[in-house]
Amino acid sequence: MNEHYQHTGTTAVRLTGIGKRFPGVIANHDVNLNVRAGTIHAIVGENGAGKSTLMKTLYGMQQPDTGTIEVGGTERHFRSPSEAIDAGIGMVHQHFMLADNLSVLENIILGSEPARRGVINAGDARRRIGDIVASLGAELNLDDPVSELGVGERQRVEIVKVLYRGARVLILDEPTAVLVPEEVDELFDTLRRLVDDGATVIFISHKLDEVLHVSDDITVMRQGTTVAETTPSQVDRAGLAELMVGSELPSPAGRVTAIGEEVRLRVHDLVVPGVEGRPAVEHASFEIRAGEILGVAGVEGNGQFELCTALLGLRAATGEVVIDGHDISHASTRSRHEAGLAYIPFDRHREGLMLNAPLWENALLGREDNPELSKGPLVDIAAARASTVGIIERFGVLTPDETTPAFALSGGNQQKLVVGRAMVSEPSVLVAAHPTRGIDVGAQAAVWDEIRRARDNGMAVLLVSADLEELIGLSDRIAVMFDGRITAMLDPDTTTPAELGGHMTGSHQEAAR
Amino acid sequence: MSDGRPSGPLGKILTPSRASAMRSSGTTIASSLAAIAIALTICAVLLAATGKNPIDAYSTILETGASGNKLLEMMRRATPLIFSATAVAIGFKMNIFNIGVEGQYLFAALIAAEVGSHLSLPGLLHVAVILLVAMVAGAAWASIAAVLKVSKNVHEVISTIMLNYIALSVIQWLFENFFRDDSDGGLNVKTTLLPYSGKMPDIVSGRLNAMFVVALVTVAIFWVVVYRSRFGFRLRASGFNATAAATAGIDARRMTVIAMLLSGAVAGLVAMQSVTGEAFAYGPNATPIQFGFAGITVALLGRNHPAGIVVAALLFGFLDSTSAELQLAAVPNSIVKVMQAIIVLTVVIINEATIRRMNIKTAERARAELAAGGAQ
Ligand SMILES: Nc1ncnc2c1ncn2[C@@H]1O[C@H](COP(=O)(O)OP(=O)(O)OP(=O)(O)O)[C@@H](O)[C@H]1O
Ligand SMILES: [Mg+2]
Repeated sequence: MNEHYQHTGTTAVRLTGIGKRFPGVIANHDVNLNVRAGTIHAIVGENGAGKSTLMKTLYGMQQPDTGTIEVGGTERHFRSPSEAIDAGIGMVHQHFMLADNLSVLENIILGSEPARRGVINAGDARRRIGDIVASLGAELNLDDPVSELGVGERQRVEIVKVLYRGARVLILDEPTAVLVPEEVDELFDTLRRLVDDGATVIFISHKLDEVLHVSDDITVMRQGTTVAETTPSQVDRAGLAELMVGSELPSPAGRVTAIGEEVRLRVHDLVVPGVEGRPAVEHASFEIRAGEILGVAGVEGNGQFELCTALLGLRAATGEVVIDGHDISHASTRSRHEAGLAYIPFDRHREGLMLNAPLWENALLGREDNPELSKGPLVDIAAARASTVGIIERFGVLTPDETTPAFALSGGNQQKLVVGRAMVSEPSVLVAAHPTRGIDVGAQAAVWDEIRRARDNGMAVLLVSADLEELIGLSDRIAVMFDGRITAMLDPDTTTPAELGGHMTGSHQEAAR
Repeated sequence: MSDGRPSGPLGKILTPSRASAMRSSGTTIASSLAAIAIALTICAVLLAATGKNPIDAYSTILETGASGNKLLEMMRRATPLIFSATAVAIGFKMNIFNIGVEGQYLFAALIAAEVGSHLSLPGLLHVAVILLVAMVAGAAWASIAAVLKVSKNVHEVISTIMLNYIALSVIQWLFENFFRDDSDGGLNVKTTLLPYSGKMPDIVSGRLNAMFVVALVTVAIFWVVVYRSRFGFRLRASGFNATAAATAGIDARRMTVIAMLLSGAVAGLVAMQSVTGEAFAYGPNATPIQFGFAGITVALLGRNHPAGIVVAALLFGFLDSTSAELQLAAVPNSIVKVMQAIIVLTVVIINEATIRRMNIKTAERARAELAAGGAQ
């Protein structure tokens, strides 16, 4: 227990000596966490440090092997999330858990349906949800199917769902990984409002600046245990990173080669139909040269996802897409991959991984026709496994071995595998959507280095990212997408994050009109 | 932090789990045996409750079961089950639930018997052509469900169930109007008998024909194709996560069609043991029915794995083969069916429990290793 906090407020949650093991892995051991009521408490640590595991334990999703959980001063044993919910604990997961084919309203009330004589009373629910949404200062159309929502909106649904169930302690696992800065600010305003109302927020993040900006207290985890407790006034960014990693951060390398002459990816007049007759992407045209990174900035849902999936041939589109002189406008997804296109998906769980399959099969996905990984019609299992071990080592994927199923990896380590799989095919064009989403600061630098190295070898990159630092740091040019159109082409050397933000929300454009 | 990975190992990684995979298959077998033992105990109680002497019943099973002829009978009865369970399992591998095996194999039996009776080919070739026709016919019937799924998005559970009914009508209509052979004065309600060259060779004369070997070969091919081939990888990938598979360039619609056709082709072989080896024709009373549904159970019991399917089919074959003797010992056939159901349920439940237990065990091992590591 930390004397420093004793005089301020009561303790909302106290975890003592928590231990949790999985086959081959000790995810948590001797974890001690003390969260003051009415505060925002950040938990930081490298990928696989055990943050999500700890929060799932607090939320009753798994039972700890050792240790005690106290909520509001009384010891609790949660056998399931519903018992945690009854105790006022709610959680928004790193990987959302919404039912795709249900509406927003149905998702929110699912599991706590307001029934009157056995009939679901949607009217009451609608009103209460409306109040919650309003109090968050957000917007949500309750009748939209969740399958049509962007990541940011899905998250809002998750938060509303948790509040609807009466949570007073709100756990958010990497809530900002999927948001652009503007949305992050909105989220933090929301959290502040909740905390001022007396709620308590625990959140996990790899973005150290926002941790320092928004939290009252910070707990650092390393290798499954809590190693330090601090406050924003006691550390700076570098100090925090050092507590996490136990050593200093590597500094990123600069550009060593110039952008080439040859055009690797040419997109001309690409139109992607959207819902309700409005195109999701309107007349997009751009070129990316060998060794060039074209950044795409934009608030989630402005056509970036549709642009990328259309480039991959996963959705219908008109217009021209040319890779290295080969017109692939009408080619199948597989032939586009074969033409040299690789993809780091927006959502690793939905588009990237077979969670129940071993890592080596995941790493093989999309590469099974590669002659080095096959023997005639058969898969060369030994080669596929060796190749996976290569990815695991090169990208620092934390796992017992390559036969471990993908679900057993921490979120950041799953992301590293997905990135590694795209990079080892040595593509000529990489479509990278949030490549470092959920990856800790140290590994983030390593992924950036990998992308830079491939770029220096002539790879062209279309980089979609919500992380403006990443966009400005990596890109040679930045295209801004707003409402399905490319509304500006900016030079990162002369663009400030604030200007970029203005372009992304369209305020820049309106001013110019 | 000593193995020099770019970002360093973060959690504590213990011994790799490679050995545990081998241990796990041993445990699966042990747990299945335990499940059967438990099921037999439950059945004993059931028998006692219905006024039968369980010890008598079981000794009847053992005495008759231990004889060589009974083992042949077990294999004979397992044969169609192996085909239909394999057909179901192919679909399951990509989350397609082919409930239409019943209609597919009966349709295939009629077509293959009819075509076979009009051919004159040298011995084995004749048999091979009949099997081939059966596979094509089974695939053709299954293709209707496949086309409905990819073009009209009709769920295969619905379409294959409906197609089972339609198949029965179509078969009856074809049989009554075109294929029925009354040349013997209507004594035998069958299609024209196959010429002698169309007869499946016997392994043991009059007891077991070579269709059993064909079944084992089919299962072996199933294993290679699904677990070892690039095609099978794509099939399983589509089953694991259709969106991720599509993103990786695997054409989900194409895979659906191929899986459905393969499933139907294997289904086509279900009744070939009877058509080419026993009845030498198709006939409403001669061709065995209901194997399509039994195949679903066998596939589930065998966890859609080739070896599991063979073992489960043999177990069912064994129980079926003892039913006659049990009836003689005054145990009704319905009790035999109930015993089968109890065995399936127990095996499934025990398997789940074993998996949980194994996870706990690994965690305990991890704890012990941690303690040992901490002491160093
Ligand atoms: N269900 C599971 N089965 C087996 N191992 C698991 C399981 N869940 C987590 N682990 C392991 O426990 C360790 C901690 O994982 P956890 O998800 O808590 O990390 P994290 O700190 O949230 O990391 P990230 O920042 O990447 O999300 C990892 O080594 C992970 O592989
Ligand atoms: Mg996590």
